[in-house]
Amino acid sequence: MPAELLGVFGTGGVTKKLPVPELGRDELLQLHRNMVRTRKLDERGMKLQRQGRIGFYVPSFGEEAAQIGSAAALKKNDWVSPSYRQQGVALVRGVNATEMLDNCFGNSGDAAKGRQMPVHYTFRSHNFISIGSPIGTQIAHATGVAMAMRIRGDANVCLTYLGDGATSSNDFHTGLNFAGVFKSPCVFVCINNQYAISLNVAGQSGSTTIADKARAYGMPGVRVDGNDVLAVYATTLAAVEAARQGDGPTLLELFSFRMGPHSSSDDPSRYRPKVEEDEWRAKDPIQRFEKWLLENKHMTAADMAAVHEQAETEMAEAAKLSETKEAPSKDSLFEDVYAAMPASLKRQQAALHAEGDAHAQDRNAAFPL
Amino acid sequence: MTANTGTTVMTLLQALNLALMEEMERNKDVVVLGEDVARNGGVFRTTEGLMAKFGEARVIDTPLAESGIIGAAIGMAMYGLRPVAEIQFSDFIFPAMDQIVSEMAKLRYRSGGEFTCPVVVRTPSGGGIRGGHYHSQSPEAYFCHTPGLMVLAPSTPEDAKGLLKSAIRGNDPVIFFEPKRIYRTVKGEVPNDPDFTVPIGKARIARAGKDVTVISWGAMVHTCLEAAEKAARNGVDIEVVDLRSLVPLDEEAVLNSAKKTGRVVVASEATRTCGFASEISAFLAEEIIEYLEAPIVRVTGYDTPFPYALEHVYMPGPNRVLDAVQRVMTF
Repeated sequence: MPAELLGVFGTGGVTKKLPVPELGRDELLQLHRNMVRTRKLDERGMKLQRQGRIGFYVPSFGEEAAQIGSAAALKKNDWVSPSYRQQGVALVRGVNATEMLDNCFGNSGDAAKGRQMPVHYTFRSHNFISIGSPIGTQIAHATGVAMAMRIRGDANVCLTYLGDGATSSNDFHTGLNFAGVFKSPCVFVCINNQYAISLNVAGQSGSTTIADKARAYGMPGVRVDGNDVLAVYATTLAAVEAARQGDGPTLLELFSFRMGPHSSSDDPSRYRPKVEEDEWRAKDPIQRFEKWLLENKHMTAADMAAVHEQAETEMAEAAKLSETKEAPSKDSLFEDVYAAMPASLKRQQAALHAEGDAHAQDRNAAFPL
Repeated sequence: MTANTGTTVMTLLQALNLALMEEMERNKDVVVLGEDVARNGGVFRTTEGLMAKFGEARVIDTPLAESGIIGAAIGMAMYGLRPVAEIQFSDFIFPAMDQIVSEMAKLRYRSGGEFTCPVVVRTPSGGGIRGGHYHSQSPEAYFCHTPGLMVLAPSTPEDAKGLLKSAIRGNDPVIFFEPKRIYRTVKGEVPNDPDFTVPIGKARIARAGKDVTVISWGAMVHTCLEAAEKAARNGVDIEVVDLRSLVPLDEEAVLNSAKKTGRVVVASEATRTCGFASEISAFLAEEIIEYLEAPIVRVTGYDTPFPYALEHVYMPGPNRVLDAVQRVMTF
């Protein structure tokens, strides 16, 4: 039997209904606000890219519930080992939009010092690990972080995010296998958005569901409506608290859909039918939550409009602020390669200084993928 | 059918696509596999139209696992097929390193020649596209350091087509580095003959000159040619040698040019330490130091990870090549 699809709202193919999690009004509103902020940040990011003000962007349209609901289940001392579509998670962790847009502009305010492509964030003070582009590597790191938490005797949990594509990676297997063996306090959150660039999840795995894979690693696999923020929150919280209590890891499959392109360089019309997008647009996670909030009288339509407007303003102002910051210094190119700069690198740095600015290559156009 | 004579002007990307089309047409054992290569035609569109023409059995969208792509390609090759595997960016080849270094490279040797591995691994490499750490590197040296692999790096549409066809027809595993920065910007005449190939192991004199030899490969060749034009205006005549094939190396071409000019610069985008430029430099120093008027100078990337915002500072441009030329001219 394949895993059941769990949901609170109960639509969208859900086979097992969950009770509404115990959340106060403030917490519900916070979930809503962060989902809207994530959407607005992504809209701003794509706009900046289209205007040529940043070189690249990776939106997370449609994955707001999956990100916000899961991240909300974590405590401050827990850790996140993210993939590169986790800007909503960063917002929940307390990162502000300017910190993220500084990275997108690659400016001197960026924690990564302008060294990485846009959306490859690093937020040490929020226990949000530096993001790389290789697929799946962060999964094994999460297991190691969780093993370290056990070794130190800390009651913390490491939660990692991965996509459906990453379930094919070597490190999906090794990460889950290690966590299963060592009963590490780790939660593997697979946001199954059904597309790894052009490849549909059916071409990614012969398994009926991703949650089913958990069994082979000796851990529970839970399949959740990823566009249902309350269900995501409830199931993630259960998995996180089980891990914290020493019951070992869980694989969560948050079944969702990548509403946008893979990145600002991708054109989904080449490989997927528009009807599929339309079908999923009707299951928009923000709209579904707003409908529930209205029906349960937690918010009015006017309250919601205000949240959208505030988020819009927040992102516009963050972009304005980030855009004014200077580029990283040329010296920063050579820093952080090692703890202490070796003589050979000092020599290369000195040679760069000696040649002046005329030798730099012209800046190139936007990233083509 | 295209006429078998004459040439057509096309981009490097079109030349690669044509090579794949022709070789798949010519030999039904040629199959293409990789991420996004079938339905999407490759993220750079190098494999565009192949699935429509040859079907999903021979043009395969694989799950997202480079070790799986290469491991499966090795198995296919052992069984008799001629797989052309795509690694979407050479920066993502590392999960497949075990399959490439431990298996693909050694299969012929370790089986006493019983099993062979005619796999071609096509992979876009190099910087200049604002791709940061993971979409910009030039990792060719890792593979040159592994006996059993051939390593190719064309810089023109003609060579891209001719070398890819030779690689597919050859009987050894090949790592085929495609200069993605110039996929669409460099155009050139490409022979229409479907049996046109470029021999592996032969360098090309991209520009003849008498004063200084500048040795390069891939997209960097065009940077060197630009430098040569600038130098010519100052009366310095640069010979640009485009290696095309790193392993096997055209030792004769490199030695002849170096002996002729007596001054050598080796230019590459890759990081400096243990790069292939160092190998060329060591080879020349050992073989013909008595002919040289100046030290062999390398122009390379810095020994740092490939940066994002400072890419334009990192990438060696024509002026950096000219600095090195000046150094060997004024020694």
